Amino acid sequence: MKILSALYAGVTVAAALIGASGQVSAQETIKIGEINSYSGLPAFTEPYRKGWQLALEEINAAGGVDGKKLEVISKDDAGKPADAVTAANELVAKDGVVMLAGTFFSNIGLAVSDFAKQKKILFLAAEPLTDAITWSKGNRYTFRLRPANYEQAAMLAEEAAKLPAKKWATIAPNYEYGQSAVAVFKKLLSAKRPDIEWVGEQWPPQGKIDAGAVVEAIAKTEPDAILNVTFGPDLVKLVREGNTRGLFKGRAVVSFLTGEPEYLDPLKDEAPEGWIVTGYPWNAVSIPEHAAFLKAYQAKYNDYPRLGSVVGYSTLKAAAAILAKAKSTESEKLVDAAEGISVDTPFGKVTFRRADHQSTLGAFIGKTALKDGKGVVVDVAYRDGAKYLPPEAEAKSLRPQD
Amino acid sequence: MAFFFNVFVTGLASASSLFLAACGLSLIFGVTRIVNFSHGAFYMLGAYVAFTLTERLAGGFGFWAGVVLASAFVAGLAALVEMTLLRRIYAAHELLQLLLTFGVTLVVEDLVVLIWGPSDLLGRRAPGLKGAFNLFGQLSPTYDLLLMGLGPLTLILLLLLLHRTRWGTLVRAATQDREMVAALGVNQQWLFTSVFALGIFLAAFGGALELPRQAVNHTMDLQIITEVLVVVVIGGLGNILGTFLAAIIVSELNAFGVLIFPKISLVLVFLVMALVLVVRPWGLLGRAETATRGASGLQVLRWRPLQMRERLFVVIGIAIAALLPLVAGDYLLAVASEVLIFMLFAASLHLLVGAGGLVSFGHAAYFGLGAYGAGLALKQFGLSMPAGLVAGPLLGGVGALVFGWFCVRLSGVYFAMLTLAFAQIAWSVAFQWTEVTGGDNGLIGVWPSPWAATAGHFYWLTIALVAASVALLRVILFSPFGYALRALRDNELRAEAIGLSRHVVQWVAFAVAGAFAALAGALYAFLKGSVFPDNLAIPLSIDGLAMILLGGVGTVSGGLVGAAIYKSLSIWVISQTDYSKLVIGLLIVLLVSLFPQGVLGAVAARRDRPLAGEQS
Repeated sequence: MKILSALYAGVTVAAALIGASGQVSAQETIKIGEINSYSGLPAFTEPYRKGWQLALEEINAAGGVDGKKLEVISKDDAGKPADAVTAANELVAKDGVVMLAGTFFSNIGLAVSDFAKQKKILFLAAEPLTDAITWSKGNRYTFRLRPANYEQAAMLAEEAAKLPAKKWATIAPNYEYGQSAVAVFKKLLSAKRPDIEWVGEQWPPQGKIDAGAVVEAIAKTEPDAILNVTFGPDLVKLVREGNTRGLFKGRAVVSFLTGEPEYLDPLKDEAPEGWIVTGYPWNAVSIPEHAAFLKAYQAKYNDYPRLGSVVGYSTLKAAAAILAKAKSTESEKLVDAAEGISVDTPFGKVTFRRADHQSTLGAFIGKTALKDGKGVVVDVAYRDGAKYLPPEAEAKSLRPQD
Repeated sequence: MAFFFNVFVTGLASASSLFLAACGLSLIFGVTRIVNFSHGAFYMLGAYVAFTLTERLAGGFGFWAGVVLASAFVAGLAALVEMTLLRRIYAAHELLQLLLTFGVTLVVEDLVVLIWGPSDLLGRRAPGLKGAFNLFGQLSPTYDLLLMGLGPLTLILLLLLLHRTRWGTLVRAATQDREMVAALGVNQQWLFTSVFALGIFLAAFGGALELPRQAVNHTMDLQIITEVLVVVVIGGLGNILGTFLAAIIVSELNAFGVLIFPKISLVLVFLVMALVLVVRPWGLLGRAETATRGASGLQVLRWRPLQMRERLFVVIGIAIAALLPLVAGDYLLAVASEVLIFMLFAASLHLLVGAGGLVSFGHAAYFGLGAYGAGLALKQFGLSMPAGLVAGPLLGGVGALVFGWFCVRLSGVYFAMLTLAFAQIAWSVAFQWTEVTGGDNGLIGVWPSPWAATAGHFYWLTIALVAASVALLRVILFSPFGYALRALRDNELRAEAIGLSRHVVQWVAFAVAGAFAALAGALYAFLKGSVFPDNLAIPLSIDGLAMILLGGVGTVSGGLVGAAIYKSLSIWVISQTDYSKLVIGLLIVLLVSLFPQGVLGAVAARRDRPLAGEQS
């Protein structure tokens, strides 16, 4: 009987072997490994994929990098860090990629970043927002594109300090992203405005907000202004309950991420008005490089870009730029080339700082408003990430000293 | 004072909404004894279909027509699923239905994204109920009033249905003793189908009612399923009034809890469930389950240890497997290591489920504790990998001892739910205790010592440890202790009559299973280089159950085969497509329908067709 079980086990492993045995591909392409939560968060990752596919097309149409075409092998991570590490392993060990890119969730970003450190391969983190990726758990091989929690909190705190509000309450999802967003925002805002009082806080579990209870608890504390960090379906519930119960009447609201089309569009005509948000007003960007990107994106996909599209596009452009500057596919040379490199993105020129490998990509700050039954962001201004990051020397001290 | 009244009222609305989602499950479980894991998926499907219908049908009447039609449509789908899939496996192990409903859930999760797209969909508000009413100076949504009314109304209607109609009488009889009901000539098949359809109708109705409150999204099923399961268990399975009371208790505690301790929401339901089950083992209004008579025709496979010749083959097999690093690359070696680790996890769970008859929904807790033990040994105490491989099983074993003491006081589904509660509590602790466990950012940098750092060396280490552990588990299984465990599984009364102490034997088995799962977890931590709260979470526990069920829970080595198949399949499928859930779900449904006794069980059955044969 055990023979049969051994046989079964052998057959399945063999099947995996056969299924997984890729052909050795031609040496004319440079392979980039890309991992993201395509099944876990399709609302963000589908525009993101469109973004990098557009960039790939453009790069290869212009002759590739160093005469070689770029190839992107993309894997889904099923929303779990362990599966992301498996995917990273497959890309590195089997598919022979020269660098890794992508990820969305902070914990996945950290897992892959640590994997990259262990295997000594360049990892260009696209979206994960936790400050730990470049600071407390930063390493030589990891670079990050998107402005992190610290920068977004700093940009919003700057606007919040201009408000007359003295009593603030916070609503944030109860996991690391929410906790650190609130912590940094509080620190920066209290530094600018020591008179501010933090009268209430709510920590609904991510994805399971009991909006009625949260709204009532916050209303009880009678804040002058509210900080919101919830997003996605939680945000929708909060907006609906909050509007019905009049929580936001006469109160300023500062909110992370709400101005991004991925989160604002689903709200349709119930989008809140007058919230100070970080976002992406795709049809009102005055940065010159953006126009070309917008045109190309709309021509190819017949749809407007989301912020994910910009992130995907910029990630691949950055990868190509690093490869071009390094003139090699060796990891150490790639890392050296990536430090301090300047990349053209739809938001302008962006640099990856030497000290902490964080890019200076910025974000748009504006106010939400309703127009034609849809939420839009008005009074927008682009904030350059470089201005909202701590100086490089300080950032370096936040990293592990090895 | 007025404020507290408002909070109370808000809590009632949440309670109603939770009750509407949960009562169907209570009904289904009470009659069919199926832990309907797909309840959340049908809830979500109800919301999606209602969204489409309410967008099409205009006006006030249109909204409510849309909601009811959507519920009816989803109920019809559920009846179809029940007739084609579930009916075939009623005679099999009751866990198989759980696995099937789990497969259906996976399929539905990807289907809704395929059909309705990835974005969140905001439905209409209920016409006429868009505004708010003034209650003691605070605004409350008018829709809440409707919900507060619908909950008790549904309760009353259901109770009337159950106590005043013939159908209801049959349902209550089936809840008490379904074999007898069948023996008395009632068409059991139609009874089950109608109960399932009604239960799902209520679930879909609950989902559709959420349209004015939240955006319809593809994670709705996961959000609701654990709450619903917990509420049903707290109230007592099969008792609708109990479910109602439990929904009120949980929602009110949450509504008031966030005023004092905002982070409590993460773990509140599980704390309440754990407390209730420890004090009242069958839920608030539940009754002790009557012993189900074994379904006739159930195959009895006798287990026996390996003969000398078979042992030789096993050793040869392991030797061949150990040659893998000579032919395979790093990636395949890592995959093979992962498969081996899960084979150990499944084998440890098999000790509990297959040998002990104790279905555990929270086995991942010990896997995770093992991983955290190894991770903390490395990161907090700066020790090396061998110390981590000892610390992990130690922590897991201790955890299993502590949790197990409470769990073995219960039996059946309540035991399973209490294990789930403890697993979730462990998960919340890992999630919140950021200073020690790193919170949801986890522990990273948990890499093996240099001598085991290459893929090949780590693979050999894994093979050695897993082979030794599985051998040890078999020794335990065929020892007097193992026989005692099986005796208690087969006939508790008789076993206790001859002096076997159920609590002690099952407690020890729980601890042993936990320790081995923890070893698997520790190895996993070193394989992946990181530990996250995911390693403690429910999906991993369910995966473990899926593995042993696929392999054959009535066999000795079913866990090993099932783990090999399930794990290699998932790794391969995730690598090939974004719709891995759909594929894996369909495969599970297929495998369960084709092999109700599991793959290994089917093989054994075919081989020993004339009589109930021997099996090892």
